[in-house]
Amino acid sequence: MAEATISLNHYLMLSGILFTIGVFGVLTRRNAIAILMSVELMFNAVNITLVAFSDFVTPAALTGQIIALFTIVVAAAEAAVALAVVLLIYRSFKGINVDRINFMKW
Amino acid sequence: MLELRGLIDAIWGLISGLLSGLGFSPNLISLIGYAIIAAVLFGVVALIVLFLVWWERKVSAHMQDRLGPMRVGWHGVIQTIADALKLLQKEDITPKAIDFPIHFWAPVITFVAAFMVYVTVPFGKGLIVSDLSVGILYIIAITTFTVIGLLMAGWGSNNKYSLLGGFRSAAQVISYEVPLTLALLGVIMIAQTLSLGAIVTQQDTIFKWYVWRQPLGFAIFWIAATAECNRTPFDLPEADSELVAGFVTEYSGMKFAMFFLAEFVNMFTASVIAVTLFFGGWMSPFGPDFGPSWLWFLGKTLFFVFVLMWFRWTYPRLRVDQLMGFAWKVLLPLAFLNILLTGIGIYIFD
Amino acid sequence: MSDAFLTNLTFYVLSFCVIAGGIFVVSSRNLFHSAVFLVFTLFSVAGIFVMQHAYFLAAIQVLIYVGAVAMLMIFGVMLTTQLTNVRLRHVNEQAWPAFAVCLFFLGFLVYGLWDTPFKISQAAAPAEVTRAIGTLLMTEYVLPFEVVSVLLLVALIGAVVIAKKE
Repeated sequence: MAEATISLNHYLMLSGILFTIGVFGVLTRRNAIAILMSVELMFNAVNITLVAFSDFVTPAALTGQIIALFTIVVAAAEAAVALAVVLLIYRSFKGINVDRINFMKW
Repeated sequence: MLELRGLIDAIWGLISGLLSGLGFSPNLISLIGYAIIAAVLFGVVALIVLFLVWWERKVSAHMQDRLGPMRVGWHGVIQTIADALKLLQKEDITPKAIDFPIHFWAPVITFVAAFMVYVTVPFGKGLIVSDLSVGILYIIAITTFTVIGLLMAGWGSNNKYSLLGGFRSAAQVISYEVPLTLALLGVIMIAQTLSLGAIVTQQDTIFKWYVWRQPLGFAIFWIAATAECNRTPFDLPEADSELVAGFVTEYSGMKFAMFFLAEFVNMFTASVIAVTLFFGGWMSPFGPDFGPSWLWFLGKTLFFVFVLMWFRWTYPRLRVDQLMGFAWKVLLPLAFLNILLTGIGIYIFD
Repeated sequence: MSDAFLTNLTFYVLSFCVIAGGIFVVSSRNLFHSAVFLVFTLFSVAGIFVMQHAYFLAAIQVLIYVGAVAMLMIFGVMLTTQLTNVRLRHVNEQAWPAFAVCLFFLGFLVYGLWDTPFKISQAAAPAEVTRAIGTLLMTEYVLPFEVVSVLLLVALIGAVVIAKKE
């Protein structure tokens, strides 16, 4: 019976690629909500890493899963507040192109 | 007596024996097995839903003192099949200004999410496809996934009535999800497990049904589930007189059929969860061995679907702000109260 | 052989879905399409969690990320549509330098992590993962649990106050 060959390195590679994609999104997108979506991708990459470590290094103590759970909750709170701020900006600037929102007072 | 599990095991034994005799590898046989299970599950639920469509028309008709479909087959039983065939061959009219991928995938997501719930539902003794250890949480998670389909339908149609209908529908569904989940939490606290098969096994006799220990929980769950299914008195998003047809305005033919069937599947899901968690699932009132379990299951769930249909022709429709106010100001505090009382009860009696 | 084959196949299919979804999220011209691909990516990440025996976390991922956060993003997209006829570029002028930096960053990550000897433990995962998580949340991690509930309350009130129409 051949063993499954998915090791910790596979999950770390996957989460590294997802994190890099998120970083690219944050650096290049012009729409504020698109930047928020890329930040969510980065959060998910971190969660995959945490759960991978929990599965391979501390399977009985579930440490990574608990931390990933808290990360999900904090990410949800952050998304809510960030979107409220984006809505407020949309009302003042009539748009959310982050290249244009570059002055503190008009 | 007429237990289905033995029959299913025998048939699968025959099929896998035949396949391995023909030289298929064990990999492929297990994959084929999964495909067959998926097809059978889809077929069973689809058949039940087709029956429900006919039944809704008959029940509505008789409550309104008329007869309903009578021509196609005995008392119109084949009416649903005739309607399905008609919808299949209707022209699929899509407006030019729609966002085609979104418009196309919305009914798919709604339909698939509606069916995915049944993977962990116990239809009878030993008749669960997969008794997940997080069964009830899986069901709740998949029902939240349906909202994405509604929003996509509203947005993709590029039509202000669809958009408003989609918004209202989504707002209603997500508002009522919260009391629904909290009401189920009471049962989970008593049952000490999230797995549906285990919850049913714990409700051996009629005295052990969880509805007696969680009457408030059941009431909250049932009201929230009616709202989740967009049924009257909460069906403003689909009210013909208000928003043309809500978010399905721009859908015709088979795509409309998918939304329509998904609504009935959701109705059946609501009754299934009510029956499984509060009324003993496939257990007969006298114990697990009294008669065919799948028949008890079907009887109980069909009764609750009948109650949902009964609601439709009894209550007037709630306005959108009344609906949302009711969810957040009445049901949610009651659900928290229910959890508090359940916790105190468990502490005192255990 | 069947188990290992299926496990490997599942991992490669799921990671393909995650990465392809992520690429479409950051590179789609239409913002609503990005949001829908975000939903697809988050759902595939839940699948990855199931592969890592984190069943409770996978259900919570679908419930919260797909059912709430992604939907919040979709609402945000629908409420802030910029109605302009000018076709704006969806990426800013630093796209190619950013791409180079990201590739370098990925190389650095992989180089750092690939041969590091992590202490792989052979212990088994707990049979009832939900019960274990519940116990841990109430015993060892009760302080972060309470702090996070206060955080959620603050975020709820803050979001409502910030987005209120005057």
